[in-house]
Amino acid sequence: MYKTNDLILRTTTSLIAFILLGFAVYLLLAGHNSPGGGFVGGLMTSGAILLMNMSYGFDVVKKVLPINFTKLIPIGLAIAVGTGVGSFLFDVPFLSQTFDYFHFPIFGEIELATAMIFDVGVYLTVVGVMMTIILTIANDKK
Amino acid sequence: MIFAVLVPLLIACFIPALSKLKEKIHTGIFVFFVPFIIFLYFVQFVGSDFSPILEQYSWIPSLGINFDFYLDGLSLLFVLLISGIGTLVVLYSIYYLDKSERLGHFYVYLLMFMSAMLGVVLSDNLFVLYTFWELTSISSFLLIGYWHFKERSRYGALKSMLITVLGGLSMLGGFILLYVVTGTTSIQQMINQVDVILSSNYLPLILGFILLGAFTKSAQFPFHIWLPDAMEAPTPVSAYLHSATMVKAGIFLVARFSPIFSSYEWFFIIVSVAGIITLCWGSYMSVRQTDLKAILAFSTISQLGMIMAMLGFGTTAAVFAAVFHILNHATFKGSLFMVAGIVDHETGTRDIRKLGGLATFMPITATLAIFATFSMAGVPLPFLNGFYSKELFFEASIHLEDPSFWSQAIPYLAVLGSIFTFVYSMYFFFGTFTGKKNLGQLPKKPHEAPFGMLVSPILLVLGVILIGLFPNMVNAPFLQHAAEAINSNAEFHKVKFWHGWNSPALWMSLIVVALGATLFLTRSKWQGVYRLLPGKVSFNKVYDAIVANVDTVSQAITKYYMTGSLKTYMSLILGTTLIVSFVFMFISDGFAINTNQLADISFIEIAVVMVMIAAAIGTIYMNHNVAAVLVLGVVGFGVAILFVIYRAPDIALTQLVIETVSVALFLLCFYHLPKLRKSTDSAKTKAMNAIISIGFGTLITLVAISAHSSRWFESISDYFVENSYKLGGGDNIVNVILVDMRGLDTLFEIAVLGIAALAIVGLIKNKNNKGAE
Repeated sequence: MYKTNDLILRTTTSLIAFILLGFAVYLLLAGHNSPGGGFVGGLMTSGAILLMNMSYGFDVVKKVLPINFTKLIPIGLAIAVGTGVGSFLFDVPFLSQTFDYFHFPIFGEIELATAMIFDVGVYLTVVGVMMTIILTIANDKK
Repeated sequence: MIFAVLVPLLIACFIPALSKLKEKIHTGIFVFFVPFIIFLYFVQFVGSDFSPILEQYSWIPSLGINFDFYLDGLSLLFVLLISGIGTLVVLYSIYYLDKSERLGHFYVYLLMFMSAMLGVVLSDNLFVLYTFWELTSISSFLLIGYWHFKERSRYGALKSMLITVLGGLSMLGGFILLYVVTGTTSIQQMINQVDVILSSNYLPLILGFILLGAFTKSAQFPFHIWLPDAMEAPTPVSAYLHSATMVKAGIFLVARFSPIFSSYEWFFIIVSVAGIITLCWGSYMSVRQTDLKAILAFSTISQLGMIMAMLGFGTTAAVFAAVFHILNHATFKGSLFMVAGIVDHETGTRDIRKLGGLATFMPITATLAIFATFSMAGVPLPFLNGFYSKELFFEASIHLEDPSFWSQAIPYLAVLGSIFTFVYSMYFFFGTFTGKKNLGQLPKKPHEAPFGMLVSPILLVLGVILIGLFPNMVNAPFLQHAAEAINSNAEFHKVKFWHGWNSPALWMSLIVVALGATLFLTRSKWQGVYRLLPGKVSFNKVYDAIVANVDTVSQAITKYYMTGSLKTYMSLILGTTLIVSFVFMFISDGFAINTNQLADISFIEIAVVMVMIAAAIGTIYMNHNVAAVLVLGVVGFGVAILFVIYRAPDIALTQLVIETVSVALFLLCFYHLPKLRKSTDSAKTKAMNAIISIGFGTLITLVAISAHSSRWFESISDYFVENSYKLGGGDNIVNVILVDMRGLDTLFEIAVLGIAALAIVGLIKNKNNKGAE
């Protein structure tokens, strides 16, 4: 086997992966008011990570991102369930969401919704699921 | 009365403990007191001034199912038979069964049976009666299979179980219909509603179902086949269950219900014809048997047929004769079984061809047998009860209520059956106790039975003689009430020995004796007739064929559609759904096509859809896995474009990414799969598949169009549009719905994703390489 020299791929990847990750975070955060949300954001994030994996190899990415993606699944689920259980503290039914406006020094007035926490749970789960599936299949020993 | 019914069951619980002592004391000695006390309890009711007693205990009041016990003349006759003969049978079994047998099992089953039988005859409630009825089937099954290490016992037990339970279930059907028609579960209240039942449309069904139950239990033609095989049971069981009590449960049932059905002409036809046929066939077949107990089994069948026929006649004289014969049959048949058991016990065989000349060795047994067999044959002697009931039977057969051509034939058939009865009775007695002795063939040296074993048959034969000498002693205080319970017009019937020369019944009896004696003496000359008449035809073969074929046929059916091929199952599921939905939609006029509210179609929509259709069709014709997946991807991306056109950006985004991922995953998997095989289906299967898939597509399309055309109420989407920002604080309605309004759905969807991922990890990482091959 000869080793290929994917300079162009790697160079563009380091650029595009950041754009993708940024877009994914945008999708996650903007989901409440414009198209997007935790699900698409999660898919996009895993797309970015996958791209890095493809151009730099699994071992390199594992060093850069030392995350056990399978653990993200329970963490994400726990966050999502946690927002639901949390509503009991305020004596309201399971999974009640609320929102309010806050004033921040730099950003000005910003809306914060508890639904966002739920979306983060969805996001983490989706990332965990996608990466688990792809890495498991890809690393399967023949 | 409830104690009388349930005491045997209660005692049965203690039998296992008592049977531990069996080396010292035979378990039967404890059991003996149970039926004896019950017998004493019920004897006190006997008397001319008896009137029915009803006792009620709640069980399931909300369903009208209660332990209602009704003691009238008919039940009294039966409970006395059950407890009386039960006492004698237990006594007999103490000497018959060795202490090395599993006595605990035997007496538990026997007591269970006793309870069940008492319950059957005392219950006034239909469903309680049914419960006890099935309990008799079960306990009889257990008793027949008592020597379970014998192949024949297991066969006989299974056969009797299958046949009697078939009848029992059919009877339950009849009972349920009766309950539906009358609205009550009490038999006595049903008798008060005879008009309602007789005018009901269900009447033929009710009658048929109930009679099927009675006929299977009472071994009527052609359901008699289980009884000869049930002779594999220990002899006390045969004497008790298969001569005196259980086989009369069907008789009891017919008698119990005859106040309801007796004015329905089919009742007369079915019951009397079945009875007469059973009488003739049973007695005819009995002469052919070589086993003592088989002779008695067929004899029982024929005697039951005779009783059944008399119940079918339904006239006062016939009913009285039937009741009388129930009692008489129980006495002489019980003693005959015990005699057969003694012969078996003392000589080691029951094969009549090996037996002979036993009278000198067993004088007492022989004496008992002569009284019992002559009584069974109906020999006109003034001290045999069998003669009286037989004569009454002849008399009843002449005086039927509606003389038609067919009922003209009944007296002749009755005489015919009785002739053979005479023949086998003589055959039984003379074949066993007289003739040449061939001791060499006997496994044991014959000698007289121990006294204890003789007590029970002696008592029964004493009964035969006492009833024979003083028939009116039992008549007025006892049988009279039983006959009244069956036919309310029954009046006191004086039984006389001598009716004068001009009585036709007497002449019939004399003909029976004369012809019977002739036939018996010339038996060896006409034996060949059995090769012609039953010949190779036999109901046992029919039964065996049914039992064997049910197995093979159902196996074949299962094999036919349970092919193991997922393709076949899929075709079956889709095809069935297709046919059922189409038929149902057409019947209920469900297809509605309304083109009023349709939106305009733009050019770009048409273009996208055309591409998708082309890709979908292309997928079917692709010859390569990877190509098929790629072409299928076109459909997915087409859907994403459609979402864009229909202004669903979130879904379009998701669809795009998911489609990409799934195509990539498909490619990854299919890359490692073997190449698609060329379809090897025949043209017929292909056409079938095409029909099913096109039909299914059409169905779904039609359903979708109809669903859209018949919108019954406004959608709730307006509410979301209005409240998304107010309540959820977001402009993206889809997202607000997903995370806020219906967050629960999302929660479980991500849970599903998580499970899927973990399952994939499990599948790939935890491979068991050993089991893979």
